[in-house]
Amino acid sequence: MNDMPEDGGGVVKKFLYVNRKAPYGTIYAQESLEVVLIGAAFEQDVSLAFLDDGVFQLVKGQNTDDIGVKNFSPTYRALGDFEVTKLFVEKESLAERGLTEDDLMEIMYEDEDDDWEEKPSITFVNKSELAAIMADQDVILSF
Amino acid sequence: MAYELDGATIEADEEGYITDLGAWTPELAGLIAKDENIEMDDERWEVVNFLRDYYEEYQIAPAVRVLIKAVKKSMGKEKGNNKYLYTLFPYGPAKQACKIAGLPKPTGCV
Repeated sequence: MNDMPEDGGGVVKKFLYVNRKAPYGTIYAQESLEVVLIGAAFEQDVSLAFLDDGVFQLVKGQNTDDIGVKNFSPTYRALGDFEVTKLFVEKESLAERGLTEDDLMEIMYEDEDDDWEEKPSITFVNKSELAAIMADQDVILSF
Repeated sequence: MAYELDGATIEADEEGYITDLGAWTPELAGLIAKDENIEMDDERWEVVNFLRDYYEEYQIAPAVRVLIKAVKKSMGKEKGNNKYLYTLFPYGPAKQACKIAGLPKPTGCV
């Protein structure tokens, strides 16, 4: 949330935030999310990719009570409100960690162009599909 | 800085955002509002309560458009705009309303 006036203009670039680390233990995951939210104010074409241990960031039912840090995982479900609606999860990374699509949070957004219909933000892609997505970006930020 | 309320001290950062989210009470909200020269009324409480509920669910303050949509829903079309929010909170809904709601300073302010 910010108090800046909403006006258009400027060049829209394709930004991809690549998340490859587990959510806790290092600050990368939380910092990435923070940058995504701040960056949302610039109205760019934003996507997020989750691969390697980064897929753990989206696992549902996270509980940080015993490690004394904030559980920021509910914030991923607010991304749609910031018009960040493209989350790509690499299938191979899930499988290598014994995870399935059902282990991840349900993250939805309301599609403004489709009568505010609720749609899933997560798309599951394989390695080569993700490579193609990466090749298509103007800016890649790796966390 | 800190707020004094009924003999208790509630810690806040240098801009007046309380540091322990759990220390918030409606009475404290009234006190913070007074510091900001804001008189709390039903509309302002509605905004503050919405911010608290949203934060509780998502651990983050909402995007402005989400707040506007919520205001439009509960207070009517003519009030669902940024301009009206600024009449409620002259220094901006993000900075002022979040402070009164006991939320951390929004990071979206660039």
